[in-house]
Amino acid sequence: MRAVIAVIGKDRPGIIAKVSNICFLANSNILDITQTVMQGDVFTMVMLVDVENLQISFGEFKEKLQALAGELGGIEIHVQREEIFSSMHRI
Amino acid sequence: MINTNEIISTINMVKYQKLDVRTVTMGISLLDCIDSNKDKVISNIKKKITTYAKDLVRTGEDISNEFGIPIVNKRISVTPLSMITEACGAVDCVPFAIALDEAAKEVGVNFIGGFSALVHKGIRPGEANFIDSIPEALAATDIVCSSVNVANTRAGINMDAVKKMGEIVKKSAELTADKGGIGAAKLVVFANAVEDNPFMAGAFHGVGEGECVINVGVSGPGVVSAALAEMDGAPFDEVAEKIKKTAFHVTRMGELVAREASKRLGVRFGIVDLSLAPTPAMGDSVAHILEAMGLESCGAHGTTAALALLNDAVKKGGIMASSHVGGLSGAFIPVSEDAGMIDAVRKDALTLNKLEAMTSVCSVGLDMIALPGHTPASVISAIIADEMAIGMVNNKTTACRLIPVPGKDVGEEVSFGGLLGTAPIMPYNPYSPEKFIARGGRIPAPLHSQRN
Repeated sequence: MRAVIAVIGKDRPGIIAKVSNICFLANSNILDITQTVMQGDVFTMVMLVDVENLQISFGEFKEKLQALAGELGGIEIHVQREEIFSSMHRI
Repeated sequence: MINTNEIISTINMVKYQKLDVRTVTMGISLLDCIDSNKDKVISNIKKKITTYAKDLVRTGEDISNEFGIPIVNKRISVTPLSMITEACGAVDCVPFAIALDEAAKEVGVNFIGGFSALVHKGIRPGEANFIDSIPEALAATDIVCSSVNVANTRAGINMDAVKKMGEIVKKSAELTADKGGIGAAKLVVFANAVEDNPFMAGAFHGVGEGECVINVGVSGPGVVSAALAEMDGAPFDEVAEKIKKTAFHVTRMGELVAREASKRLGVRFGIVDLSLAPTPAMGDSVAHILEAMGLESCGAHGTTAALALLNDAVKKGGIMASSHVGGLSGAFIPVSEDAGMIDAVRKDALTLNKLEAMTSVCSVGLDMIALPGHTPASVISAIIADEMAIGMVNNKTTACRLIPVPGKDVGEEVSFGGLLGTAPIMPYNPYSPEKFIARGGRIPAPLHSQRN
């Protein structure tokens, strides 16, 4: 089972480090990562992670990432199972 | 492989355009609850619903959390109850409605549909008792929805039932006068009712269905509006294409949720209903889609054509996306539940006559329309008869959900709160159809019903 973590918001140092650290602590392997800084300083980072062997529940994993978003301020973190994107956009 | 555009587009649809799965509805057959003892039947019904649907709400919430897609409502539909009450000789059917209400509340769903009867060709004595119980049943319960099918393309229109339903609608409103006549807002009169509709108030689990099934209703008027906002002045071919593509994305999401819910609950997947169902929230309006096509207001000349294009494009896009499309599938136009429609009625841009024309091309009918409390039952029956005629002749589902609001008149509004919204009271034609409705009998099925 794979999930997509999407981080959107104001760019600053350490966002990827902090998100990656939560993945590491929850035993989630990062499979792919892409990031762009769009006009101004809007930062978009999308990470594909393996959540098959999570040490915590998917709900708790999501809560931890959303708590991080609250802590950093000015960014949103979305965590969703990968299938929603593939089924909506690909035939 | 990550495609950032696809991911951001989905997130925007949910976050800014109110994309959601409107309902996951579990259909449950109650036929095996029949017993000669009425009390036994009631206990069987409660036991069956609370067993089959015990995990429905939690499963819906889990899927919503994991996939990041809001699932707004979790609901239940059951076998038309008149078949059950008739089989055990019940005269007063209110206790059955109370049992449905209690069972539904116990499992935590927000509506249960199927306090219903199918009387398009004739009304048996047991069904007459059942229909007479509807007003009191709706007043005695909170989340039970009722529907009665009085016409179809094969059988014609049962005008005895149409006459009766005018009186039943009126009484349902009167018995709930303290809540704006909300009883009538939970009662639908149908032509060509479908057996797998997941949307309330008209959902029931048809007798051609299996033991238990999961049907999913998707929505997304906001997503379609947002897509059209980028298409100022484009020709209709391009507009239709854009709506088709949008409906495809939305339906794929519904299909995924339906299959996942079906797998987790161990229940067969029925259909995805790809309706555009508005809510009173801003940015979730079907009227605004029609306005995005270039109409100054919903209700202006051109509205019927715009709605026809929308309804057709939604179906075409959705059908490609799922192997099992069913239910009502199209655009809903419930006046009180759509911010754009409410505004259009307030400024007299949208009238009852225009709404009737729109129902010949939309997916359902005259929905959530508030009338003055003094509207005669014969006028309500006559509005129903007109709507049933449109459904019968055009081989489509049509419905009436009319609320004659006790003590209110044109110029006032009624507010039901929540998803049911707010409706300005609309005037009806003051000339009487009383002698027409008093005739009774059946209006024969149209020529094209003979297709064998």
